[in-house]
Amino acid sequence: MSRTDRATPPGPRHGTVTVTSGGALRPAPVAPPRGPVERCRRAVADGATMTRRYLTHVARAPEEIALYFVLPIVFILVFGYVFGAGMATSGSAYREFLVPGVFVMTMLYGMGATASAVANDAGRGVVDRFRAMPVARSALLTGRSAADLVRALLETAVLVGCGLLVGWTWHHGVGNALLALALVLLLRLAVTWTGIWLGLLVPNPDTVGVIVFPLAFPLTALSNVFVAPELMPGWLGAVAEWNPLSATVAAIRELFGNPGFGSDSWAAQHALLLAVAWPVALIALFAPLAVRRYQRLGD
Amino acid sequence: MADAIRAEGLVKRYGGRAALDGLDLRVGEGTVHGLLGPNGAGKTTAVRVLTTLTGFDAGRAEVCGCDVRREAELLRGMIGLTGQYAAVDETLSGRQNLVMFGRLLRLDRRAAARRAAELIDRFDLGEVADRSAGGYSGGTRRRLDLAVGLVHTPTLLFLDEPTTGLDPRSRAQVWATVRELAAEGTTVLLTTQYLEEADLLADRISVMDRGRVVAEGTSDALKAVIGADRVEAVARDAADLPQLARLVGEVAGAPAETDPDTRRVGAPAVDRVAVLTGVAREVERAGIALTDLGTRRPTLDEVFLRLTTAPRGAAPAARQEPKEAAA
Repeated sequence: MSRTDRATPPGPRHGTVTVTSGGALRPAPVAPPRGPVERCRRAVADGATMTRRYLTHVARAPEEIALYFVLPIVFILVFGYVFGAGMATSGSAYREFLVPGVFVMTMLYGMGATASAVANDAGRGVVDRFRAMPVARSALLTGRSAADLVRALLETAVLVGCGLLVGWTWHHGVGNALLALALVLLLRLAVTWTGIWLGLLVPNPDTVGVIVFPLAFPLTALSNVFVAPELMPGWLGAVAEWNPLSATVAAIRELFGNPGFGSDSWAAQHALLLAVAWPVALIALFAPLAVRRYQRLGD
Repeated sequence: MADAIRAEGLVKRYGGRAALDGLDLRVGEGTVHGLLGPNGAGKTTAVRVLTTLTGFDAGRAEVCGCDVRREAELLRGMIGLTGQYAAVDETLSGRQNLVMFGRLLRLDRRAAARRAAELIDRFDLGEVADRSAGGYSGGTRRRLDLAVGLVHTPTLLFLDEPTTGLDPRSRAQVWATVRELAAEGTTVLLTTQYLEEADLLADRISVMDRGRVVAEGTSDALKAVIGADRVEAVARDAADLPQLARLVGEVAGAPAETDPDTRRVGAPAVDRVAVLTGVAREVERAGIALTDLGTRRPTLDEVFLRLTTAPRGAAPAARQEPKEAAA
């Protein structure tokens, strides 16, 4: 076959399919997007392809799915019964207080898995291949965050089921309860982008796993997840009240109608606002940082 | 002929070390170009820079008419990358990999599935297509890697050490594929550590050492510079060495080198058969007793030694194609 039969970019035959000597259909080289609308459409399509990739990984490792379910259950049982037993209030009242905290804690602890999955990927040849292809630069990362949201949905469902079993429930109607769950997922999105950035920053899956825990643990302890900030020493209580996790926990306690220890600080009074503002701010910070970092992986 | 690759004075430093130290490279459209060099010569860095994976510190690079830095997005649509470091997703099956890359190359679901099936056929992956790629043998994996690189029709295909670590049968399969692609008109940049591979596949070869091209030309032209094959005779008696060296030198038409320790006399042999029979005849006539006589190809080590220690002007001579190369 002569050379002139080939589609030679960037000519008018871009995006068409040429027939080669073998009779097989070989798609031509890919033209760049024409205009911002097509660029967006491609970014979404590529992100969806990457989401499917990550979900296929999960489907091929069922033991990992089991882990998704175990962690929330363990959290509720251990913290609900062990801590609940030592509280002045009755155990079941403490569990009402605790379950919203465990929702948030579970979201936070997903960061380790996100970061090490990204760090794992960053060291692999397949990501080089993505980067040498006409694939949206954000695709791998948005795909990762979408896959994480799917996981978070599963975890949340398990948490709701477990919560109901240990005596927790919502008191202000299904609408408010769903809104609360939406806030939980929003926080998860913020956690995911932070994790993605961390995973790209320290591209060694082992190191990342070790780094995340010492970050996550104090963040949980210094919040209103286990203990009301008013019970803490003054400055510690202030830190706990402004903790992004506390904002979400306080907001969903309010929406679920679970007992919180209403403080009169500004942060506690505006928990709902902060439960939206904090995650949005974190995403606005870490998503662009992560994409930039990803683009410079090769250097 | 237009250039598919034109790189001038490329410099890429990692820390203090220059992986590319003024690389000049020109690859004609529709040709197979071999980038030959030992480990650490900078071949992979060159590929990474030219495929937009890695930035560079100085110089200019144009690939498929696109500036590598400013028109990276346009460029990525035209190139394919496969080989040693570009890999496949190890968790996904071969088929899932092919479909995924098809989708990323803007094929719709059905077209991607159809293209995957064609490539599975062509690369003989049918038996393993639905198993996790992580469990493939080295050769099978490389075939999948190559198949992924051909999901679309790249204008220019980068093959980074495509046969390193492969058994001879798989190697032959890769070679056959490269020839098919070349016949279809795809430009190929092939990096390799094997002289034989470059010799067999490439129209032109650039020899790289320490981050730059030290010689460039057709296989024949390079051989003329590095002395192609060598004739070697080992004398039984050290006393015969001076006479043997003179004879061998006369027949080969180039001064022979003598190694007294091994009683070995060697000289370049451009025409292996003529030189070998000539030496045999002359040695017999002179009555010199030999323990060994033969020709051998220079090892890659010798090639690099020769090229990197060659006097100034000797290596660039390969840039002009000698007349006999046309034959």
